[in-house]
Amino acid sequence: MTKLIDRRSLLKTAGASAALAGFGLSAPAVHSANEKVVRYLGTATTMGSEIDKKLFEDTGIKVKYIPVTTDEVTKRVLTQPNSFDIVDTEYFSLPKLVPSGNILGMDSKRIKEFDNISTTHTLGEIGGKKIGDQGTAPKKVFYLKDEKSSEFSPEPTRWATLIPTVFNADTLGIRPDLIKRPISTWAELLNPEFRGKASILNIPSIGIMDAAMVVESMGEYQYPDKGNMTRDEIDLTIKILIEAKKAGQFRALWSDFNESVNLMASGEVVIQSMWSPAITAVRTQGIPCIYQPLKEGYRAWAVGFALSAATKGYQADVCYEFINWYLSGFVGGYLNRQGYYSAVPSTAKQYMEPYEWDYWMLGKKATKDIKAPDGKKLAGAGEVRDGGSFVERMGGVACWNATMDENRYMVRKWNEFVAA
Amino acid sequence: MKVAADSFGGIMIDVKKHSAALLSLPFALVIFGFFVVPLCLVIMVSFWDYNSYSIIPDFIFTNYHDIFYGCVKSLPDLCTSFATYLSSLKFVFITWVITLIIGFLVALFLCFCVHSLQMQIVLFLLCTIPFWTSNVIRMISWIPLLGRNGLVNSTMQNIGLTDSPVEWLLYSEFSVILAFVHLYALFMVVPIFNSMLRIDRSLIEAAHDAGASSLQTLTSIIIPLSRPGIIIGSIFVITIVMGDFITIGVMGGQQIPSVGKIINVEMTYLQFPAAAANAVILIITTLMIIFAMTKLVDIRKEL
Repeated sequence: MTKLIDRRSLLKTAGASAALAGFGLSAPAVHSANEKVVRYLGTATTMGSEIDKKLFEDTGIKVKYIPVTTDEVTKRVLTQPNSFDIVDTEYFSLPKLVPSGNILGMDSKRIKEFDNISTTHTLGEIGGKKIGDQGTAPKKVFYLKDEKSSEFSPEPTRWATLIPTVFNADTLGIRPDLIKRPISTWAELLNPEFRGKASILNIPSIGIMDAAMVVESMGEYQYPDKGNMTRDEIDLTIKILIEAKKAGQFRALWSDFNESVNLMASGEVVIQSMWSPAITAVRTQGIPCIYQPLKEGYRAWAVGFALSAATKGYQADVCYEFINWYLSGFVGGYLNRQGYYSAVPSTAKQYMEPYEWDYWMLGKKATKDIKAPDGKKLAGAGEVRDGGSFVERMGGVACWNATMDENRYMVRKWNEFVAA
Repeated sequence: MKVAADSFGGIMIDVKKHSAALLSLPFALVIFGFFVVPLCLVIMVSFWDYNSYSIIPDFIFTNYHDIFYGCVKSLPDLCTSFATYLSSLKFVFITWVITLIIGFLVALFLCFCVHSLQMQIVLFLLCTIPFWTSNVIRMISWIPLLGRNGLVNSTMQNIGLTDSPVEWLLYSEFSVILAFVHLYALFMVVPIFNSMLRIDRSLIEAAHDAGASSLQTLTSIIIPLSRPGIIIGSIFVITIVMGDFITIGVMGGQQIPSVGKIINVEMTYLQFPAAAANAVILIITTLMIIFAMTKLVDIRKEL
């Protein structure tokens, strides 16, 4: 798994940059004229040493990483806006980030591929069909009123909040060899049949959405907006989770990628919330694992780049060059082969073999072995991607990761669930 | 020296008069800068207000009110805070009892049953070997052992002790306590061993000559004289277990609450004032336990 190795080398840079940041509150943003360095803040799950190498070859830009967890990204933007040039963050964090004034609107005129960005983001539709927009759907927070505005614009403007890079539709992961029967609904997560063999992720803002999908599919309640619950709705959702927990439904809860991989690979858990690269990681160990499409649909997420308000002049030019390169296809092809979706599908296509494009994006049967970017086999000839094509999967989105108005209350209730 | 002392005569008198205070000054400054000031800030912030992206200077009791939200109303059911503290206290108590017994016995063996100093040093170093790897690794290495398909379960099934995997071995209170004892027993061994080494051997001989049994010697000489070590070891174990959230998280499958985890979640959601209020309550609780322990023995006098 090169992914892990990448992470390790990232951690080293993390230590170095953290030390640097601690030293003078912020690392110097100005570098010598011929050295192009971008200080990158993000989870770094959509970066890697191969991307770094190609980036340097093509543009001469070096990336200095500040890799942290999703929630830490938000915290860092709000508390240390001078410590990074570019932030890689989720759309659902924007309602917290934008009012702070610590990130700038992105100038769409400087982004070469702006008009080719997937319509899932700009219009909230795919192939002309509207997709679910509960939660913080990108289209709701896509534009700002002005470069320095702290308000979202419902109408398209020149200024985008983030330049989208990667997105995906999440669902439950299962071990077909241990379950031995078809799974087709979110309600199965709390099915007593899997008592002591289920898991849900312990990141409140995402876990509550998965729980809401389960509650709806059990027929307990239909939420007007799962991504923005009222206090009563939060109470109801947590109550159902607590009852399940008390009955011993969950083997464990997980909060980081590797934990979810270990739970699944060891067979401690047979059904759980999961992320796409975690499925890949279990599979490359030779253990069967399916990213199970469910009839109620997917929970989607999207990430993108924004510039720190402190990034100006030459440094901003370098950042825009980096973003334009990121969208130019190499990275898109690389990430599509991991099961993510590039925000600019048209450029990614140029960097994928036709049979890869057919498998990953069109949902066709693989004509040859499908390999992960590190060369390990993911699927054999004749297999079809879980959930099918891009249009089928993204068309089946029911809600997006979200920040609720009642976030404060929700976090408190989530703690109650963990304590129950 | 004499010359220097004369030329700074006036100051030297002060130095002599306040030498104790001056000597402790550097450490006092460190404590002040890195403990008192941050603690005051935590207490201050615990009264502030916050929204999802900023903290707002204020003087409100909402954060404390939130901690005890519904605690009285829901009785006899426990609210989140009571349940969490009760669970933490339970872990503290059980871990304390087990580490105390293990720590005391190991120290007793090292000190009184091993007669050569060299052997004592060798055995003591053996005790510290697990500490050559990190805390997290020592903890995580239990997982493949205790899991559903782990070494313990497969062995028990192979020799016919059980038919199906024993589930409570991992992600349970058992595994949490096991990890705590494994991680922190040495914190008990070291101070108790240290106290025991200082016990005058002639006292034991005298007891023996006066006809005391081994048990009587143990209860009326060794235990009372090891008390400072026991208390110091207990303080280590209790404070660490009270504030721990990583061990409980990893070994408990994140299903067992801990005050540290609640604070951690609040921090990642930028609810610093709420986290600060929780931290203040945690500090008060821990201090109360320590205070009760120091009532049992006057450490300053015994040291």
